[in-house]
Amino acid sequence: MPTVSAAFAPLRNWLMAPSWLIVGFFLVLPVLLMLVYSFLTKEFRGGVIWEPTLAAYDQFLFDRGLFGDAPPRLQWAYIQIFFRSITQAAGATFFCLIIGFPTAYFIATRADNAKVVWLFLVTVPYWVNLLIRTVSMKFLIRDNGPLNEGLTALGLIDAPVQLINTNVAVQLGLFYSYLPFMVLPIYAAVERYNFALSEAASDLYAPKWIILRRILIPVVMPGIVAGCILVFVPSLGAFLAPDLLGGAKTFMIGSLIDEQFKGNAGNWPFGAAAAMILLLLVLIVLTLYARSQSRSKV
Amino acid sequence: MKMKVLSGAAALGLIAGSASAEGRLSIYHWFEYIPQEILDKFTAETGIEVTMDTYDSNEALLANLKAGKLGSYDVAVPGDYMVAIMKNEGMLDMIADGELANVSNVEDKWMNVAFDPGRKHSIPYQWGSTSFMVNRDVYSGDIRTTDIIFNPPEVLKGRINVLDNPAETLVLASMHLGIPQCTTDRDQLQALDDLVQGAKAYWASFNSESAKDVLVSGDVAAGMIYNGFGQKARLEGANVEYAYPRQGYIVWMDNVVLLKDAPNRANAIMFMDFLLEPENAAAVTNFARYTSGVKGVGPFLDPELKTSPEQNPPADAPAGSFIKVCDEAAQKVYDQIWTRLKQ
Repeated sequence: MPTVSAAFAPLRNWLMAPSWLIVGFFLVLPVLLMLVYSFLTKEFRGGVIWEPTLAAYDQFLFDRGLFGDAPPRLQWAYIQIFFRSITQAAGATFFCLIIGFPTAYFIATRADNAKVVWLFLVTVPYWVNLLIRTVSMKFLIRDNGPLNEGLTALGLIDAPVQLINTNVAVQLGLFYSYLPFMVLPIYAAVERYNFALSEAASDLYAPKWIILRRILIPVVMPGIVAGCILVFVPSLGAFLAPDLLGGAKTFMIGSLIDEQFKGNAGNWPFGAAAAMILLLLVLIVLTLYARSQSRSKV
Repeated sequence: MKMKVLSGAAALGLIAGSASAEGRLSIYHWFEYIPQEILDKFTAETGIEVTMDTYDSNEALLANLKAGKLGSYDVAVPGDYMVAIMKNEGMLDMIADGELANVSNVEDKWMNVAFDPGRKHSIPYQWGSTSFMVNRDVYSGDIRTTDIIFNPPEVLKGRINVLDNPAETLVLASMHLGIPQCTTDRDQLQALDDLVQGAKAYWASFNSESAKDVLVSGDVAAGMIYNGFGQKARLEGANVEYAYPRQGYIVWMDNVVLLKDAPNRANAIMFMDFLLEPENAAAVTNFARYTSGVKGVGPFLDPELKTSPEQNPPADAPAGSFIKVCDEAAQKVYDQIWTRLKQ
């Protein structure tokens, strides 16, 4: 192999160019743009005035009352919105993991041709647009929808269970939206797992629980972590499920930011600032994770 | 969907064959607000290829034009207050005197409107009202009061949808309290804030695009809605009744405006003239179930519209009010009320 890579060495920079272009154009440039906008002055009814100010961050941190002239107090509103979104995302990640891990394990331990079928079945619903899937979820769980009518017909409940426009519905929507993002990485990890390790442990009289906890889970941990990140991060910014299934009664981070650009408020710098703070939070979590990973390897 | 693809292909064929000289027209329009047949008819008559993008609120229209879309569309269809805002923002082009052949078809009462005096930038598209509907299977009492939304009877509590649009919902709330729009009186604004904060407990959801759907499906038993959209809910079989509350209701008019830097200005003028033909204006009305502002549509209208309870307020109903454009100071407080409501 070294001879091949040596042959490519002079071309290295050129071969890297597409990656740099993509990272620069689709990642660095938009984020820098948001960063700059978050420090600009809000223009009435959308847009910005090119005068630097900290007003957007000030609005995020301090509450000056309904009329904007009360003495500043710590602003809980946005912290609440962030906390609500983080809780929802954590819940979705938890449920995806609980269901996704056994599913992935099940698929990975089937015969090769059956694996293909199971994986296919997991991904089929995701060929349909997310919006349509979320709307159809709404049809399923509404008061006179098939779920409630089925349960009533079976005599399990007397009156419809209110699901639509509740947090349970939002959880369900997020769970359904992102489940494959949990199943697939874990599947990939379990597939590479050497089952001889389990057999060896079993020969040494390790009970099943210990094999799972001390051998299987640590070995497939990178897959679990990757799945958790892939579910948590998009759930955090999601606004389709909260809006359609939760009734849009309260802002999530995603809908709060959306409202600043599309809604009546038209406060672009504040939307940009909220997006930057969200980005910062995600980066902190990912950095902490990367740290703990590199430490455990050393 | 297949039909659309076919007619699209037919339109393309037409362009390739005959119409490349006639050119294009780029429309920015509300969702579900113009029948495809009318666009096809325009293409058939003029050879102009029509493309259309859609938006779901006046505010989204403004935001997207501000974010750099101005110059890529020829016409858009903002509501009354948004025409005034867009005019102030310098987003509208002037229609010269005599440029529109059919301008005399505009109903007299819609010629000199406050949001565009003398119709320098716009023509009427459709007008209607915004209030709410109630499911009569659930509640049979008096519905001609804004109490239905803001102080509802027991059976409606927790089963109400409001529009996810601060302009409309807060204006209806102001009517409930009897306070003027765009007020800067602190006590009145505080009362408005208290009212919606308290009423939120009775509301199940904030929904605009599916305002009709939630009524038809029975997800809610009462909901704010536009009159034509509400009529569609009734025609789809829901036992719902549209209310003209005694405290007042919102009247609005959507208007076709000529956008600044329109790439196909001449075609935009042709399209406006086309929409002012009574037959075409009536076709839009029959589809959207609102009311056109064009003279002579009568013979072409669906007879049901002439007697429908949504289009014909009871004799003793008060006049509705247009949404006013607030100045920055007042608007800031309304934005604050809305954010606090949803935090």
